[in-house]
Amino acid sequence: MPDRGSNAVIEMGADRLADISPLKKSVLLLSRLWAWAFLGSMILFFIVSVKITSDGAVNFLTVRNSQNILVAITPVLLLGLGQTFVIIGKGIDLSVGWVMSLTSVLAALAIRGAFNAGVPLFPSIVLGLLAAVAGGALVGFFNGTLVAKLKVPAFIATLGSSFIVRGVALLMAENTTVSGLPRGIRDYGNNALFYLIRGEGGGLFFLERPEVTGAMLRNLDRILPYPVLLTAFVVAIAIYVLRRTKFGRHTYAIGGNVEAALRTGIPVDRHIIMLYVMSGSTAGIAGFLSTLRFSAGSAVIGDPLLLSSIAAVIIGGVSLFGGAGTVVGTVIGALIVAVLTTGLVMLNVQPFWQFIVVGTVVILAVIIDQSRDLIVGRAQSE
Amino acid sequence: MDPILSIRGMVKRFGGLTAVSSVDLDIYPGEVVALLGDNGAGKSTLIKCVSGVYHADAGTIEFQGQRVNFSRPIDARRQGIETIYQDLSLANNLDVGANIFLGREVQKRVLGGLFKPLNEQYMLDQAKAALDALEIHFPDLTQPIESLSGGQRQAVAIARAVYWDAKLMIMDEPTNNLGVPEQRKVLELIGKLRQEGVPVILISHTLPDVFAVSDRLIVMHRGRKVTEKKTADTDTQEVVQYMVGALDDTREQLPN
Repeated sequence: MPDRGSNAVIEMGADRLADISPLKKSVLLLSRLWAWAFLGSMILFFIVSVKITSDGAVNFLTVRNSQNILVAITPVLLLGLGQTFVIIGKGIDLSVGWVMSLTSVLAALAIRGAFNAGVPLFPSIVLGLLAAVAGGALVGFFNGTLVAKLKVPAFIATLGSSFIVRGVALLMAENTTVSGLPRGIRDYGNNALFYLIRGEGGGLFFLERPEVTGAMLRNLDRILPYPVLLTAFVVAIAIYVLRRTKFGRHTYAIGGNVEAALRTGIPVDRHIIMLYVMSGSTAGIAGFLSTLRFSAGSAVIGDPLLLSSIAAVIIGGVSLFGGAGTVVGTVIGALIVAVLTTGLVMLNVQPFWQFIVVGTVVILAVIIDQSRDLIVGRAQSE
Repeated sequence: MDPILSIRGMVKRFGGLTAVSSVDLDIYPGEVVALLGDNGAGKSTLIKCVSGVYHADAGTIEFQGQRVNFSRPIDARRQGIETIYQDLSLANNLDVGANIFLGREVQKRVLGGLFKPLNEQYMLDQAKAALDALEIHFPDLTQPIESLSGGQRQAVAIARAVYWDAKLMIMDEPTNNLGVPEQRKVLELIGKLRQEGVPVILISHTLPDVFAVSDRLIVMHRGRKVTEKKTADTDTQEVVQYMVGALDDTREQLPN
């Protein structure tokens, strides 16, 4: 019999990453950073091409344009944030678009109802936010329960609930739009932290919108509108939760190996329900913000944003197979979609081309993501 | 010395099939016991009754002198019975530290507990210490473990069980799908567990492994325990005869 009490040190070999060639290593690094690189080169491309095609008259890189892009990504990003958590946990939430519509209606009804009942404007708006988030969370709880407890596949559960939500939104709006909201809410949805007046007699203004009229309006730029600030705050929370907390760690574990998560005592069902509640809640914030922005609730506002938000999440490197992705990636993904769309408009490209380009980028992103696995090799295939 | 695990008269039926038929089994501290048998002999079923996956139809389990009745695997784990399955209990997208602390993460308290971020440094240090205790050395603990080999991952699973103070380790085919050098490393690890006083139940089809590391072996055939021997007192040929049912200590041997 061989010596069984051997004290030999068990060297478990070099890390496999150390074994691969420098070329593969750099490809790997590139595939990790590609979204940043892509965003950067795209901005550069538009700066140059917009300048050339307009004979130097139009500038892509302006304060106004950057703020427009930020405003444009706000709803896509909010829908994408919850989606990021859900997809990392190996699910998918197809209901977020219609949840945004429903919560836009809920926020509008709550604000109108409260204000008409004599509640001051600001508390009415807070009530609107609460109603929207609670409504979104409720739909999320419904979705999560279907997925975690009744084991309905996420795709089907959230597809079904999106139809239900759509019907409820239209019923509650008694058509598509809830109007008659107090005038003042427009300010909350559109005012900004800073104002910049370019040119003669201009300057930077903090918090207060300077009185400008006529031609001067063209020189007025908003910097950091409130909806962007609120979204940035939610993004910061999401980054913290996913990267630094037990909840985030468990989300990755469930997406990576649900069996392992169960065996180590992670409350998997409860966690999955929470993921969908989060997704519904961020969609609720998006619905609330759209109500503020347009001074009306819309029962159809979120519908076209679902696919854009999933595209942003995928471009940002979240794996549909679960277990991989970051919030920052989703932010970059949303920026890429918005920069593409804005840039193509400024190039006077027919709007239909936007779809073709965004679609191509989504597919490209997934191919690059998979090439990483091909290069490193799946450990199981040994 | 009292046994750490003591099974009496365990029976498990699936419909009309008796998968485990009144089996008695004792495991003592610090010994490696191999559980052998052909496919369908009932070894996995027996083990699953111990680890809380199945509920036995009859019989008793005493663990550390206490009658136990596990309704879920997590109950068994909480008492210190760790079952190591290939690839089943680790999250490949997380690093070594995260896996060792999976489900039992350590948190910091910031601003009087308003924020409770993970204490990554502490978990990393502890993971390193846990691996060091078993003399396992990785160059980089912060890589997701999908970049590790099968044997390395097995080592992580074992280190985790030891770190969380496993009182009994059950390993189901731990060397399957591993290269030869890696198989040897896993066997060395089992030897180290014995030195630490952690008893191991080893399920394996690989007889050379069994003879390399086990102190005792138990052979099952068609749900029954047909023999139990000190590994040093038997050899491959005899064990195979038990496995195929040619030998059986529980019945009188008929002359051919």
